[in-house]
Amino acid sequence: MSAPDDLRIHDGAADRGGLIHPEIRQPDDESERGPDGSRLQHAEGTTQPLSAAPKAAQAREPQPRGARIRGNRPIDQAEAAERFIAAPLHLKAHDERLWDLRKKRDAVAHTIPEWEELRELASQIKAHTLTNLDAYLEQFEAQAKANGVHVHWAADGAEHNRIVHGILTDHGARTLIKSKSMLTEECGFRHYMDAHGIEIIETDLGERIQQLDKEEPSHVVCPAVHKTRLDVAEVFARTLGTDPENDDIHYLAESQRETTRPYILTADAGMTGCNFAIAETGTVVTCTNEGNADLSGNVPKLQIHSIGIEKLIPRVEHLGVFIRLLSRSALGSPITQYTSHFRAPRAGTEMHMVLVDNGRSARLGMEAFWTSLKCIRCGACMNTCPVYRRSGGLSYGATYSGPIGLIIDPTFNKRKYSTLPFSSTMNGSCTNVCPVKINIHEQIFAWRKVLAEEHEIPLVKKGMMKAAGQVLSRPAAYRAAIGAADSALRVLPRFAVYNPLNTWGRGREMPETPRQSFHAWYKQNRAKTDGAA
Amino acid sequence: MSARDGILRAIRQNRPSGTYALPPLPDFAPLVGDDLIASFGERLERMGGRLAQAGPDGDPLGAVRERLAGARVVASAVPEVAGNRDLARVAHPADLADVDVAVVRAVFGVAETGSVLFTQDELRVNAVAYLAQHLIVLLDPADLLVNIQAAYRRPEFGRSAYAVLHTGPSATADIEGVLIHGAQGVRSLTVVLLART
Ligand code: SF4
Repeated sequence: MSAPDDLRIHDGAADRGGLIHPEIRQPDDESERGPDGSRLQHAEGTTQPLSAAPKAAQAREPQPRGARIRGNRPIDQAEAAERFIAAPLHLKAHDERLWDLRKKRDAVAHTIPEWEELRELASQIKAHTLTNLDAYLEQFEAQAKANGVHVHWAADGAEHNRIVHGILTDHGARTLIKSKSMLTEECGFRHYMDAHGIEIIETDLGERIQQLDKEEPSHVVCPAVHKTRLDVAEVFARTLGTDPENDDIHYLAESQRETTRPYILTADAGMTGCNFAIAETGTVVTCTNEGNADLSGNVPKLQIHSIGIEKLIPRVEHLGVFIRLLSRSALGSPITQYTSHFRAPRAGTEMHMVLVDNGRSARLGMEAFWTSLKCIRCGACMNTCPVYRRSGGLSYGATYSGPIGLIIDPTFNKRKYSTLPFSSTMNGSCTNVCPVKINIHEQIFAWRKVLAEEHEIPLVKKGMMKAAGQVLSRPAAYRAAIGAADSALRVLPRFAVYNPLNTWGRGREMPETPRQSFHAWYKQNRAKTDGAA
Repeated sequence: MSARDGILRAIRQNRPSGTYALPPLPDFAPLVGDDLIASFGERLERMGGRLAQAGPDGDPLGAVRERLAGARVVASAVPEVAGNRDLARVAHPADLADVDVAVVRAVFGVAETGSVLFTQDELRVNAVAYLAQHLIVLLDPADLLVNIQAAYRRPEFGRSAYAVLHTGPSATADIEGVLIHGAQGVRSLTVVLLART
């Protein structure tokens, strides 16, 4: 254990004792600083050490856990958020870390003169692809087959799991290494495979931490961002047998590498998710910083790629738009360390691609919500969201959290996630940072209306909505008042979160739509959303 | 009805109204100066990679000779460097687990990001670029492209079974945002500028 004071120092001064391979850190530590001595901050690195690090071992604070899941009952996000706020060390570290990512995103976006043009192009390419998705899927399938790939289609998560299980059974495969994939989280893939005696090993560090702690990922890009290193040290000591007194982050990361490598070398199968699927070539593209998708795809004899059908883009050249936006929006780095293009199997191996719907085709028919399918899972809307930063991803009790979660989750289960669209201050910051220009906060607002009308909201919440607050009742005026300036956003959340009325959690802000009456709006949208429920 | 037909049918039924044309992509002006090598090197180093400087005697490999000499197992996919692990005779990728240093040639580099591209042809065994502890990359300065947009106009993406852009080494900051190189793949990536022979 380091001396208490050392715990504040994250940039190389901490005690390196206990490293499995201390020699790799000497003589030149290539991690934290570039050749000119400046601090590196690519990948998910912070621009400066987190000031929220606990100053002494006695400050150890239990990790606040996520929302209490009670069957199909509506998630009480505000309750879980209150517990998160009651853990000041976790709250501060989480808030600062994500705000830092947001600032890095702003800084790097400002260096690209065509940034807004890129966002518009990305949005248009996605709109075009989604409105012609049948044709692009058929083209993708034909290309993939021509490349020697086995293509499967799954209507929902259960079918995805059955298909993959079938592939594994055909090959006598018992172990599978995988890289991070929100789609497989949606499908409950690990739980299913657990029950069928298949061992699944997550190879992304953050995702592995979450797997070992039996928690869901709390953020689409940084799955364990809600945990401090003390939490990770505790999880690894319990599950990997590391020294419980050693919370050096290099030691923890190295321990994960050393204990995962044997699985990588011996796994019967490997699996990746998919960031982009190219119709023209039948290619699956993954963007990672650790290279774990490339290990999953290139070491085992059997490789499987799970693809949400909305990941399609028409041509290779379109990657020139999306790759420039993705990592800059997510982490403020110009590109991920690895951008990998899997098109055809290696000699002597088999490659499978599973195209998964799981509610996406139904969402396409929801007039107010279909553009949420443009999402490229960058997490920028989460990093900027004052509610998310102060409540943690697990408080949403759903696969997707933060602003994008508020508009996707109810499409999976309208009752269970009926309260989530109220977990927003409606400041519109999410919409402003979204690289594919999804009108996120307007869709959050639209969901409130749908849910109110369909009686999915508790009566008390509906009463509160009628008594809409003054400033918050008019989103346009509200946005104009606070602007999108960082300073305003920085101030607002304190008000929103710490105000005794607990604004976001209680659904007080129910604005009127300016031009269309509620009933006209509802009539127009009802048929389609009902059909998709 | 098969899942395939069911999904395609639902997509057709639920197609949003309106037409959304595929926008033409403009040619964006490069965001790098005329000195592509300098831009490339600067951006590579910001992403945690190294650009090797030629030794005092003009030996382009000067900066990596020490690393090569200190390695027990070197897997080389290039004629310029002799290794002691023959990539042509690897039965299973996992057999490369003990490789200390791998040496490969990049198809091209990208000045905008500091990236280098490999396909299965350069890597011989794809996994070598991830299982090795350290990666040394030979890049012909004539193969530098200005930006990512230019990269995606190259034919390699359409015809390679596997193509990958590496930008620096394997990295993570999943714990408290503290940057670690060698999360799961190589711990370092060093680019050596060396014309193709
Ligand atoms: S909704 Fe937009 S900002 Fe949020 S994760 Fe998706 S693409 Fe990123």
